Amino acid sequence: MKKIEAIIRHFKLEDVKTALTKIGVVGMTVTEVKGFGRQKGHKEQYRGAEYTVDFLPKTKLEIVVGEEQVQAAIDAIVAGARTGQIGDGKIFVSSLENVVRIRTGEAGSGAI
Amino acid sequence: MLRRCLLGLSLGVMLSWGGASCWAQDPVTASPAGEAATTPAAPAAPVVPDYFTGTNLDPKAPKWPDAGGGAAGYWTTPSAGPVGDGDPKAMTPDKLYDRIAHNTFSINMVWVMICGFLVMFMQAGFAMVEAGLGRSKNAAHTITMNLMIYPLGCLAFWVYGFAIGWGNWFNGPVAPGWYSSLGPGTSILNSGIGLGETAPGSGVFAYGLMGTKGFFLNGMDDVSVMALFFFMMVFMDTTATIPTGSMCERWSWKNFCLYGLWVALPYCLYANWVWGGGWLANLGTTMGLGHGVVDFAGSAVVHSMGGAIALAGAIVIGPRIGKFVDGKPQAMPGHHVPMVVIGTFILAFGWFGFNPGSTLSGTDLRISVVVVNTMLAGITGAIATMCWMMAKGFKPDPSMICNGMLAGLVAITCPCAFVDSWAAVVIGGVAGVLVVESVFFWERRGIDDPVGAISVHGVNGSWGVISLGIFANGKYGMGWNNVVRAKYDANGAEDGVLTDGVSGLINGDVSQLWAQLIAVAVVWVFGFSMAYIWFKLSDLITPLRVSREVELEGLDGPEMGALAYPDFQTSHRSH
Repeated sequence: MKKIEAIIRHFKLEDVKTALTKIGVVGMTVTEVKGFGRQKGHKEQYRGAEYTVDFLPKTKLEIVVGEEQVQAAIDAIVAGARTGQIGDGKIFVSSLENVVRIRTGEAGSGAI
Repeated sequence: MLRRCLLGLSLGVMLSWGGASCWAQDPVTASPAGEAATTPAAPAAPVVPDYFTGTNLDPKAPKWPDAGGGAAGYWTTPSAGPVGDGDPKAMTPDKLYDRIAHNTFSINMVWVMICGFLVMFMQAGFAMVEAGLGRSKNAAHTITMNLMIYPLGCLAFWVYGFAIGWGNWFNGPVAPGWYSSLGPGTSILNSGIGLGETAPGSGVFAYGLMGTKGFFLNGMDDVSVMALFFFMMVFMDTTATIPTGSMCERWSWKNFCLYGLWVALPYCLYANWVWGGGWLANLGTTMGLGHGVVDFAGSAVVHSMGGAIALAGAIVIGPRIGKFVDGKPQAMPGHHVPMVVIGTFILAFGWFGFNPGSTLSGTDLRISVVVVNTMLAGITGAIATMCWMMAKGFKPDPSMICNGMLAGLVAITCPCAFVDSWAAVVIGGVAGVLVVESVFFWERRGIDDPVGAISVHGVNGSWGVISLGIFANGKYGMGWNNVVRAKYDANGAEDGVLTDGVSGLINGDVSQLWAQLIAVAVVWVFGFSMAYIWFKLSDLITPLRVSREVELEGLDGPEMGALAYPDFQTSHRSH
């Protein structure tokens, strides 16, 4: 089992969700987050004074998939989230020890 | 059958009542102005009630039909028996005049009431603009200041403000043949303090300083006075709430409450000098400066005064933590731009009560000119600010455009009845540029005004007062502040019709501009110094500013005990 965390643009969430659903991903968790990467924020103006927005609002998507689905899921996220511009985001993949479905107590990949 | 009997009975009573009407006054000689205005070509002059001619009355006990407002029953129904007008066929000229007068006063009073309601609602606009331009951690504090200034200020106005400002209103300088548009009852506002009393005991001063009648509205049991009180109170509210903008996000609540009870003092003193018959209004008669200080709806009295207090407050309280880093102003974005925009709309709507209501008369048909000028200056203010920001290389900042619209409205408040529409466009346009430059100017000086109150109200109020001295076209305000000048009155000598309206530079009267400049100088010196001393003094009673910890956390929790947005996670920057 792998956990995939993707930081994406807000307005790409719908595309990514559709792409993931198509390849059979059955659940996901979405969080509104702020942060910066190499894009390093951007400048805004307020009443004539310039200021830097360091932490840009992004959307964090978390899914858990079986080993066989990892590459397909990554491809789907990239396809859905890419604009080609700086600030498209990142995908983090990590191994997962266990998953438990609270209602039934099932554990392991069956609980995904 | 029964109805006919009743009618006959009432007619009989009417006739037997005869001339002993309970309120018709003895005929008096009409003043020249009154006669010119009211006498038709008919041979016999009708009997005119004296309150209608402007000769008035025993000021201690003005006699007019409906002083207490309780006569509605028989004034609204034409043939309501002996105390009313009776049968229309039995209508005598004196009763007819009573009815005309009553109807005129009714129209005026309804107009003033409705306009006053609009002005009161402007408080909601101020609340939204100021809260929206502040940060979310202070939103409950800022908006509650805007709420509570209304009750606190109103209470002080009732206790002492109205008496100081308008206690000698009836003895102020007025046009020849004038009678109070709200009814003769205002003649009880007839006592004050001043220098150069024209006749001993008259209460008429060349240099009036303050009124002394009507503390706690004591003895003011008259509908006209009540209308005046209400209208003037909601005006003061506007002044009172301006400094809550320049001092928001750091003003301690207790000190603010003291301020709310104090602000009526400088406001009502200055209002007395300009509107209440004081020495500034009299500059025309005492020093030959135009029509004296002319401030139609309060660019100086309301807005410059508010701006001067706001400036003193912003200086004494100091900038917000983090506003200036190494002397360089930092952006501290307001948390709710749509709220600011809607607040601006509410204010612009309320201005349609503020300016035309200041005729104090719905029968003064100049109100449509006032409305058009008010609208034009407001829209050109917004356009000019937008264009000026873009010309300077900025984006059209919404909060700045809101400031621009308000700046145009503030500026036109003084000259709205006296200028042509092209001048209103110019005045609003200049205001829109001025407000941008002014915001940058105060920021460069290290003065932190989160909402632009000093620039919108102080600076552009002063521009409005001066603009009257430039653009007044002489078409309105004949005899204003008792100034009648043959020099500017083309045909006054022959036909008795005054044509000497309020004139500015473009109409050849330089002296009006001097009067306006004096008004501006006085409001800044007086308003600023009064407020500066007050904020320093009140700081000794209870601290003016919240602690650093409270300011960093946000004033909502520590000061108010309630967060504006408890259900949302709001982001705080480090300062």
